[in-house]
Amino acid sequence: MALLSIENVRKEYQVRGKRVLALDSVDLTIAEGEFVSVVGPSGCGKSTLLNLIVGLMRSSMGRIVFRGAPIDGITTKIGYVTQKDNLLPWRTLIENVEIALEIRAIEKSVRRAQARDLIDQVGLSGFEDHYPHELSGGMRQRANIIRTLIYDPELILMDEPFGPLDAQTRIVLQDQLLKLWAASKKTIVFITHDLIEAITLADRVVLMSARPGRIKSIEQIAIPRPRDVFKIHEDAQFRSSYERLWQQLRPEVTLSESAKGELI
Amino acid sequence: MISRPRLYLYRLIFGLLLLGFWELSSGRLIDPFWVSSPSLVFVYLYGVFADGSIYGHLAITLYETFTGFFIGAIFGIGVGFALGRRETLAQILDPYVVAFNGIPRIALAPLFIIWFGIGPTSKVILVVSVVFFLTFFNTYAGVKGVDEELKNILRIMGATERQILMKITLPAIVPWITTGLKISLPYAIVAAVVGEFIAASKGLGYLINYNTSLFSTTGALGGILVLAMVVVICNEVINRAESYLLRWRPREERKSEGELY
Ligand SMILES: Nc1ncnc2c1ncn2[C@@H]1O[C@H](COP(=O)(O)OP(=O)(O)O)[C@@H](O)[C@H]1O
Ligand SMILES: [Mg+2]
Repeated sequence: MALLSIENVRKEYQVRGKRVLALDSVDLTIAEGEFVSVVGPSGCGKSTLLNLIVGLMRSSMGRIVFRGAPIDGITTKIGYVTQKDNLLPWRTLIENVEIALEIRAIEKSVRRAQARDLIDQVGLSGFEDHYPHELSGGMRQRANIIRTLIYDPELILMDEPFGPLDAQTRIVLQDQLLKLWAASKKTIVFITHDLIEAITLADRVVLMSARPGRIKSIEQIAIPRPRDVFKIHEDAQFRSSYERLWQQLRPEVTLSESAKGELI
Repeated sequence: MISRPRLYLYRLIFGLLLLGFWELSSGRLIDPFWVSSPSLVFVYLYGVFADGSIYGHLAITLYETFTGFFIGAIFGIGVGFALGRRETLAQILDPYVVAFNGIPRIALAPLFIIWFGIGPTSKVILVVSVVFFLTFFNTYAGVKGVDEELKNILRIMGATERQILMKITLPAIVPWITTGLKISLPYAIVAAVVGEFIAASKGLGYLINYNTSLFSTTGALGGILVLAMVVVICNEVINRAESYLLRWRPREERKSEGELY
């Protein structure tokens, strides 16, 4: 059975009296344990889609069903890793990572141990007591991801989590993310505007059209796992998937939009 | 960046140069009757501290300043916090707050003296009227500015509204509150002294005013110097408390009004 199904979803915003159609007729089913990437030009409604799934907003039409029940407001079963790292600046790294357990009133020694374990897995040991402003962008984004993993939501949404990072850091984090995912077997919906990243990580790549966002095509990525993120682009399957997806994506990305997307 | 000991050394040198210039020009360029001189002021201060006659004045001024400061801060923070979370009420009250804050306190001081007498109470209330608004505006702005995205992240993790208050809103407004307190402290001292100028029988403001009326520039400048010292010491205490409370902020962001470096 599908973990999540998005059924004919449409989302309109009211901007100064005018209606802006952000998403239209989006249909997508996601299976348990699947890693799905969503790619699309900037402004096509990717973040909107995640906000709808997590229950921060309501769709104008259609519905989203999670484990058989329509989404109606926030649920702790769905975790959200936002584009901005959004760590609490007054908390140290470890205090940020453990906050979800603190909310659940889990004993300090237990939650510390769990936080340490995750911090260790992403190579941040030694930085536990640093404040966010004392960490690099890549370190903050790792913290952002593991503070969601720590409370074990069944579905994790990630909104361009590696967007602002440099190319090398991105690859290292992609590698770590795949390892964390393999260990936890979570379901992940991963948004990116980078086609290479989408293919590297996902079981399926969902391609969206420019605004109003619609699903343009879906590509199955059968590259065997575990994947070597440092070499995957040499893979023949990778190349053919990339070619096919790029043919589809190119007309959606006007010059100005691609420039904007790269800068942000 | 300059090292600490060096910084203090240069500050000391600057102060000594200033005093030296004052000392040398007094009597040579200007009649000491008008400007006194550091040595005269020093002798005067030594005298009033040695015979203890200044302590009563100092104590009264400090009492007025700090009582007013604490009362004003508690109300300012409390009301700022409450209005920050009640949009409609804040909108209703907005013009009144602006109007009350627009009244020059010096215009209120004589009224407060009529209402509350020439004792310390009228000065305490004057101080409250100054500190209240400064802490109020800062706290209000802080509550308004709390990042909604951070709150949503905690909601998604399953936090209750109470946990969001404790873990996001309160820590997020601490910098605003400390800024409010920091800005208002010197104003609190000024308000107390202004009140004493208008009508009082004790306090540093009274002492300065009294000396001036006797044409004792030495006494007046001595009082002013003590006042200046009080401001510098209080500021240092607040700066230290602030940098402890805000140790999580990058250095550049910690600097707020009233801090040059
Ligand atoms: N809260 C909002 N109010 C009004 N319009 C919005 C809001 N959020 C997004 N939009 C608009 O909806 C469209 C899709 O935005 P978004 O989902 O952020 O796109 P993406 O994440 O793909 O870049 C954009 O045109 C954007 O301007
Ligand atoms: Mg987005």
